[in-house]
Amino acid sequence: MSAWKFKVLSVVLSGGLLVGGSARSEVEIEYWQYFFDARVTAMEQLIGEFEAENPGIKVSMTHFPYADYRTKVAAAIPAGEGPDVVQLFYGWLNDYVAADLIQPLPNDAFPPGQIEAEFFPMVSAMREGDNYWALPTAVRSLALFYNTALFAEAGIDAPPQTLDELIETARALTKTDAAGNLTQVGITAGMNAQDHHWFREVLVRQFGGEPYLDDYTTVNYNSEAGVAAAEFYVGLANDHKVTAFGFMDEPQAAFKAGRAGMHIDGSFRIGSLNKTRGLKWGVAELPAGPNGTQSNYSSYWVNAITTKAEGEKYDAAVKFMQFVTSDNAMQVWLDVVGELPAKPSVGLTEANANDAVFGPFIRGLAYANTTKFANESAQRQILIDMVQRIDLEGQPAAESVAVAAEAEQKLLDEYYN
Amino acid sequence: MYRNLTIQQKKIVWAWAFLALPVIFYLVIRFYPTANAMLISFQSWNLLGDRTWAGIENYARLWNDPVFWQVFRNTFVYLIIGTPVSLVLAFVIAYHLDKLAFMHGFLRVLYFLPFMTTAVAMAWVWRWFYQPIPIGFFNNTLGSFGLPQIEFLRSTTLALPAILAPAVWAGLGFQVIIFMAGLRAIPRSYYEAARIDGVSDWTVLWEITLPLLRPTIVFIVVFSSIGFLRIFDHVFNMTTGDPGGPLNSTKPLVLMIYQTAFADFNMGYAAAQTVVLFLVLLGVSLLQLRILQDR
Repeated sequence: MSAWKFKVLSVVLSGGLLVGGSARSEVEIEYWQYFFDARVTAMEQLIGEFEAENPGIKVSMTHFPYADYRTKVAAAIPAGEGPDVVQLFYGWLNDYVAADLIQPLPNDAFPPGQIEAEFFPMVSAMREGDNYWALPTAVRSLALFYNTALFAEAGIDAPPQTLDELIETARALTKTDAAGNLTQVGITAGMNAQDHHWFREVLVRQFGGEPYLDDYTTVNYNSEAGVAAAEFYVGLANDHKVTAFGFMDEPQAAFKAGRAGMHIDGSFRIGSLNKTRGLKWGVAELPAGPNGTQSNYSSYWVNAITTKAEGEKYDAAVKFMQFVTSDNAMQVWLDVVGELPAKPSVGLTEANANDAVFGPFIRGLAYANTTKFANESAQRQILIDMVQRIDLEGQPAAESVAVAAEAEQKLLDEYYN
Repeated sequence: MYRNLTIQQKKIVWAWAFLALPVIFYLVIRFYPTANAMLISFQSWNLLGDRTWAGIENYARLWNDPVFWQVFRNTFVYLIIGTPVSLVLAFVIAYHLDKLAFMHGFLRVLYFLPFMTTAVAMAWVWRWFYQPIPIGFFNNTLGSFGLPQIEFLRSTTLALPAILAPAVWAGLGFQVIIFMAGLRAIPRSYYEAARIDGVSDWTVLWEITLPLLRPTIVFIVVFSSIGFLRIFDHVFNMTTGDPGGPLNSTKPLVLMIYQTAFADFNMGYAAAQTVVLFLVLLGVSLLQLRILQDR
């Protein structure tokens, strides 16, 4: 090697060493979540507050598109890269624990008894053995969105309280053209949106059934109640003609465009509806069933400490976990993202529970159920297909429900065995 | 040691030195993942945990999966309708465009534009065209003439052709250009000789143009067949709410692979499907080359 080449090389190398070796006095931990504008903003605010409270700790956040999230997490942690604290969907917990990606939360900082006393009951799904493995900052539930302008136009003064009222209200809101084609639907319908949750955890229960048994390992909606629920749901389109599947492509699009009187959706929809110009809407609790049963579906994202975090990073990660599950963080999350606090002590404050928008969702949490999914998109597809068979192929509801239950049971058996 | 080599040997060393880069690139970027996919197809892996040996379990499952056979059938329907239709359309357009002098360049651009447009954007525009009243262009048009609506994408029979149509349209521009290049490459003197002999247009087309276009036709058939066997973007974007259409009526193999891998995280099963797709592509391409090229 000639002399000048050697010099260049040595300069480059020593430069690299200087940059890499610069000493840091503080602990830096990495936090990963998927990209959703409001969630990133809220987390930036929380990280700012956390760093101000804990001068020795720096938190750097990385976010990815949802589609790549799982792949990247799975590739990074075993390689010793990636996050110390990671966000995951509650339904992924089993996979993450089995793959040794996350470690249990320490019992002294997160006593299970205290968690069970403080958090909403569905969070108990995050306990395995003696420890909690992950905790949410916020939870989500369903409610009935309604278009107040269309309600006023149709002369309806209050959202429906029961399923029978739901049909009557929807009928008053439905409009057709001269040829009988729907131009405005009373209520949106589509199992591809949140309706599959409404069917599973709400309608089946309201018609007197129990959708799953044995901690969600046995499908149980192939019953009179399940068939009645399916007939009610498909009947909205086929008997009462107050909706059509696929109307305006997607249910939320129809509601946003002011072409749907009512729409069942999750609390995460609030933000985007707020941004929709000219849309005037209200929120109500989901209508009660024939004998007054109320039910709701709740889901949540949790944070957990990965197996990568060790030593002082582990201690910092524990502190960060405590911070993001604090009452203060939950209020920030509610204000910025619009997702509901995971603790009744924050959620059920006078102001939050009576809030015109958040109130119905928060009150719904009190009677919500959380489906333990093995594979949410595949289980959703089974219900989409169930409705398609009735709607497009004219299969009797009882047969279609039986086929769906069998397919879902097969999927659950494969997952749990 | 290098000094002792002959000139010829030195040439070889240098050739390989230069070739090393693409060879390494191909080994790392192409062959290693391909071999790995074949390996994974005999394993069970959910992306998070360890890979475990599964033997032929994934292939057995594939064989017994009714959805796979439906998807397999769909994939071939895309191929069997898509390739001939686009081939004939592209040839007819190219043949007439070639004879047309008026606004020739402008028309050629119009035909080529869809090929340059992103498939995703195009799929969404067509998706909205197909919607029912009140937003769908086609159904609004039908409605304004008092005709009943057609459920394009929400039908188990019409959804596949409805998705195939924009896919054919999107690829048309490219095929037209290739056909025109092929037509231009045929020596004028053949046509002049034919005219002197007083041969009919039909005979000229049948005896001169088509036989001399054979290499072009072979290329387009193989190329578009591979395209239709791998169809994904149009189907995925036009049916995101219910991926693969109502009751899997439009689902092609690539979409099934995608869902198995990145929605179900069943990498072994997805890899097995990929191997099947690879074999199908290989088989169809070899078959076409053999039938069309020889003689």
